[in-house]
Amino acid sequence: MTVKMMTAHEVTQKVFNKEELFILDVRNEDAFEDWKIEGENFEYFNIPYFELLDGVEEILEKIPSNKEILVVCAKEGSSVMVAEMLSEAGLTVSYLQGGMKAWSEHLEPVKVGDLKDGGEVYQFVRIGKGCLSYMVISNGEAAIIDATRMTDIFIDFATSKEVKITNVFDTHLHADHISGGRKIAEQIGATYWLPPKDAQEVNFEYAALEGGSVVTIGNTAIDIHALYSPGHTIGSTSFVVDEKFLLSGDILFIDSIGRPDLAGKAEDWVGDLRESLYSRYRELSEELVVLPAHFMIIDELNVDGSVAEKLGTLFAKNHGLNIEDESEFRRLVTENLPPQPNAYQEIRETNMGKVTPEEEKQREMEIGPNRCAVR
Amino acid sequence: MDLFKVNVVLDAKGLACPMPIVKTKKAMKDVEAGQVIEVQATDKGSKADIEAWANSAGHQYLGTLEEGDTLKHYLRKSSDEETVEKQHSNTATNEELASKLSEDIVVLDVRESAEYAFNHIPSAVSIPLGELEDRMNELKKEDEIYVVCRTGSRSDLAAQKLVDSGFENVINVLPGMSQWTGETTKIEN
Repeated sequence: MTVKMMTAHEVTQKVFNKEELFILDVRNEDAFEDWKIEGENFEYFNIPYFELLDGVEEILEKIPSNKEILVVCAKEGSSVMVAEMLSEAGLTVSYLQGGMKAWSEHLEPVKVGDLKDGGEVYQFVRIGKGCLSYMVISNGEAAIIDATRMTDIFIDFATSKEVKITNVFDTHLHADHISGGRKIAEQIGATYWLPPKDAQEVNFEYAALEGGSVVTIGNTAIDIHALYSPGHTIGSTSFVVDEKFLLSGDILFIDSIGRPDLAGKAEDWVGDLRESLYSRYRELSEELVVLPAHFMIIDELNVDGSVAEKLGTLFAKNHGLNIEDESEFRRLVTENLPPQPNAYQEIRETNMGKVTPEEEKQREMEIGPNRCAVR
Repeated sequence: MDLFKVNVVLDAKGLACPMPIVKTKKAMKDVEAGQVIEVQATDKGSKADIEAWANSAGHQYLGTLEEGDTLKHYLRKSSDEETVEKQHSNTATNEELASKLSEDIVVLDVRESAEYAFNHIPSAVSIPLGELEDRMNELKKEDEIYVVCRTGSRSDLAAQKLVDSGFENVINVLPGMSQWTGETTKIEN
């Protein structure tokens, strides 16, 4: 039978559409335990490829005959080998093009809404890692918020929309992924904004993003209001776009809240985090649509693949916004925290411009889930 | 100069996964039991994979050294040494040896030099079992000699050889390095 190739885009569509898929993951057991392709109706079987070098006979009975089968490995090579062996045994299977490396880097643009002047907001869903970036488009201009290091995708998207990128923002100094913000700004000649409190150790030029800053995109005044909201980092800043969208960075997620420990200051920043979530955000309109910088679990995706929810709904449903007792809140965000993201210190240093690892190294540093939240 | 001895060198440089493991598995067929193979690879993922494969296949993963872009992985082929019945009667436990380390004793490590390189008791002297007969003159007959290997089998054979050659105070350490929890030292990159 035949071996087919499936792209990360095609798998993403299956996640969004809640389709069924049987994933035969041939990476090491600990790699699989740590991080895998998540889908509501996906089934999994993990066996390292090197257990199959002598043949696939022993696993044939584990593979359903009535489901689409996708073989996945780290970079593609081993999944092709296993897929071919399964094909020789009479099965029709696919392998994931580029493996988990491609999965980690894939961005899926999803439109999340319109602006008053006819502009649009797009969310770039990094499905494999749970990172969310944004592009705000208005009258021929575009702003990018929390860009990933796969910068071509944003630049090409702007080109396809015939808009010029004028402003690039990072809501905070990221610890889970390498920012592409500075690179895009340099390449396009746009302004790169970073909160100065997160930028004390950076060695590059940036525009200081501070509470009260207003940046206008396009000539019909789509305003981006910066709202200082410390807690995840000391500089963490949110944006209110067009009085309609709240870009909450790593402060507030759909089903969880930001963790305060990744810059090493859990005890110091827990108070700021509470203040941001329980006071500053409370003063905002509950009609604002929250657009976070991450999702943690696949359940946070809406039916169209977007990650967005009204602030009022989160006040009602998000556990992290409903802890009345302050000491209990303190416990939640400082104790029993999930493991820290892979290589988070190195990632922070890269985002400060202190080190510039090669692309292969950057890829390796970002492997695995983002782990920026506490629930 | 080589830091330690390897029996077989496999060049898997420039090959992407799964080829480094495929070639290692094939090459392992021609390696004798108990011998050490060096696998040279440039695929960064090969480190985790070769260690997991070795554990699953019953071989001993010794460690990896980096040399520029090349990763050098060291494996020792499985052997049936553990099934041989031990004969040397003067034995000590790992704990007994640990408590003796500050005294005037000799710790003789008879594993392959590559095994020794990646993990050994700091004061241990390395003479692989295969070289013991030729190098016995490096040891003094009157010393109190604690012989260690990975599981106590090779050290049992070494202890017998030493006794046959007139050494009187030879103690086989059981089980040996596989269960050693005390301080160790290893080769640095």
